Amino acid sequence: MKALVLIKPTPDTEAKIMLTSDRKAIDHASTKFIINPYDEFAIEEALKLKEAGKLTEVVLCTFTSQTNKEVVVKGLAMGADRAIIIDNQGCESLDSANVARLLAAAVKAESPQIILGGKQAIDDDNMHVLTMVAEVLGLPHVNVVTKLEVNGETAKVEREVEGGQTEVYEVKLPVVLGAHKSLNSPRYTSLPGIMKARKKQCDVKTPADLGFDGAVLLAKNKAKFQNFQPPAEKPPGKVFKGEPLEDMVDKVVKLLRNEAKVI
Amino acid sequence: MKVLALIEQRHGKLRSSGFEALSLAAKLAGNSADAAGVLIGSNVSGLATECAGYGADKIYVADQPELGLYNVLHYAKALEQAIKNFQPDLVIATSSPIGRDLLPRLAIRFDSELLTDLVALEVSNGKITGKKPMFAGKTIADVELVELSGKPGFVSVRPNIFAIEKPGNGTASVEKLTVDVSDNRLKTIEIRKGASEKADLTEAQIIISGGRSLGSADNFKILQSCADVIGATVGASRAAVDAGFAPHSMQVGQTGKTVNPSLYIACGISGAIQHLAGMRTSKVIVAINSDEEAPIFSIADYGIVGDIFKAIPLMEAKFKELLGHDA
Ligand SMILES: Cc1cc2nc3c(=O)[nH]c(=O)nc-3n(C[C@H](O)[C@H](O)[C@H](O)COP(=O)(O)OP(=O)(O)OC[C@H]3O[C@@H](n4cnc5c(N)ncnc54)[C@H](O)[C@@H]3O)c2cc1C
Ligand SMILES: Nc1ncnc2c1ncn2[C@@H]1O[C@H](COP(=O)(O)O)[C@@H](O)[C@H]1O
Repeated sequence: MKALVLIKPTPDTEAKIMLTSDRKAIDHASTKFIINPYDEFAIEEALKLKEAGKLTEVVLCTFTSQTNKEVVVKGLAMGADRAIIIDNQGCESLDSANVARLLAAAVKAESPQIILGGKQAIDDDNMHVLTMVAEVLGLPHVNVVTKLEVNGETAKVEREVEGGQTEVYEVKLPVVLGAHKSLNSPRYTSLPGIMKARKKQCDVKTPADLGFDGAVLLAKNKAKFQNFQPPAEKPPGKVFKGEPLEDMVDKVVKLLRNEAKVI
Repeated sequence: MKVLALIEQRHGKLRSSGFEALSLAAKLAGNSADAAGVLIGSNVSGLATECAGYGADKIYVADQPELGLYNVLHYAKALEQAIKNFQPDLVIATSSPIGRDLLPRLAIRFDSELLTDLVALEVSNGKITGKKPMFAGKTIADVELVELSGKPGFVSVRPNIFAIEKPGNGTASVEKLTVDVSDNRLKTIEIRKGASEKADLTEAQIIISGGRSLGSADNFKILQSCADVIGATVGASRAAVDAGFAPHSMQVGQTGKTVNPSLYIACGISGAIQHLAGMRTSKVIVAINSDEEAPIFSIADYGIVGDIFKAIPLMEAKFKELLGHDA
């Protein structure tokens, strides 16, 4: 039984966001890329299942630029068996539905029983792609997974929702699962591990290999993103210091009532 | 433009964000005949009357015992049915755990696309445009749905941003949906209650959050006690969660909840970029921190440089005084 983990290289969480001069796109030339943090939980979960004897192979798959190969290598160094990079050259700006169509084709070719990914990519903050892949393939999915237990042909899955509540599911495999932070703690990679991982199988495919014409997909894009702006600057606030604490607290509470009118 | 809103309920109670979505649908539609809502659940038919008066003439109701617990496969079928019957140009939901779970499926099912977690949404001359925070709020993009050629567009909106408007006492007609629930690959066994009965962080109007500096789970009671006075929900930084002082469901930030209250009080939180990502759109931010250089002060409307262990009880006393005078 095989798991396929969908991973997306995203800018480091600390990265500053640089824009191209026309503000139509983010300029990633000088940005450090990492594995989307939620996808690391997905890789870790697949590796744990393999170690528990419930899986025989863990395959990583990503639709990204070939320049992000090192990011994929890091996933291999965690312990994945091999990887597939679908080169996004020429169609970097595909929308979620189109990315999902491509990834679904790649998943289908591998026919895994468990498809894992992150609950959300930290660049677009969408939470779309995994669920869309499930829909394209006609499979059930559970996203924001905090606990997973695989028992043969089924899995027991918990998902975190609002108010600290947890939805508990039983689902037939194959299933698409989106990992949340509290699922596990991803292992660290070592330098020797990374050296070894570079020798692991990493196939590069094009959309054409999966039966798609990148230009046709681009023309089908329905979500348009442009004119990126920084969040509105706030005027400096009123910060009190050096006075007796009671006076400062009193002032702030009064301001909350009389100026901000929120109490 | 015809607009359909998903009106969310849990445990037979409508969520306030559902009325936000319904009000927004009515506003964007421009007239009540072109706006509709959809309610999904078990024993929810009675809730339909609560949905009247928000400017939508019709409420679709899928009321079946099998829909009592949320199940994405069945709820997607219900929403699909409502869309087929109403033929909207735009479907909106809240960017809540249910809204975010359902819409990607429907977007694919109708060969369309989805914009998620918008903080502004407009339609003019059939164009659907909005604003979307990305990169954990480090940038906001202008977004648009294009090339829909007659297919419905899908949008989810952030809670607590769009106003609830109830222009009248009008009635809404109810159209029952019959949903095929035969797909049994996914079964919802139960929905376990969380520790807190308080308003969910994402819908809370006031949040008091604590950081690593609280030092223990026990010390979070200081926050809870103050929160009780002003009806606030307690949140936490990741450092506090990782240290075991608070459950992960209370975490605010990039890998926790994105919150948008009218008042956010950060107590002993440094203001790391990943924390700001989850709360920077709060309408009013108060920071209490002993380090005047703490980055949290850069986005605070009001700040106190001081010790939280002394400041929070003082603040609680002042709140009591203030609210007591009113009574
Ligand atoms: C990928 C990734 C995702 C992350 N996601 C999140 C997230 O979702 N949410 C989140 O919060 N963080 C997140 N973080 C962590 C974040 O970078 C910070 O480490 C974290 O927010 C720090 O929490 P803190 O402010 O409680 O602790 P600290 O940074 O240690 O700050 C403690 C503060 O308390 C003050 N203090 C100490 N004692 C007192 C006192 N007695 N009175 C008043 N003030 C006092 C100090 O001056 C200091 O400013 C993430 C990090 C990464 C790398
Ligand atoms: N380009 C991509 N390649 C591989 N997996 C992806 C890609 N985009 C998104 N995913 C997966 O889908 C999840 C949700 O992404 P998103 O919908 O962009 O928030 C991610 O955490 C990944 O697991």
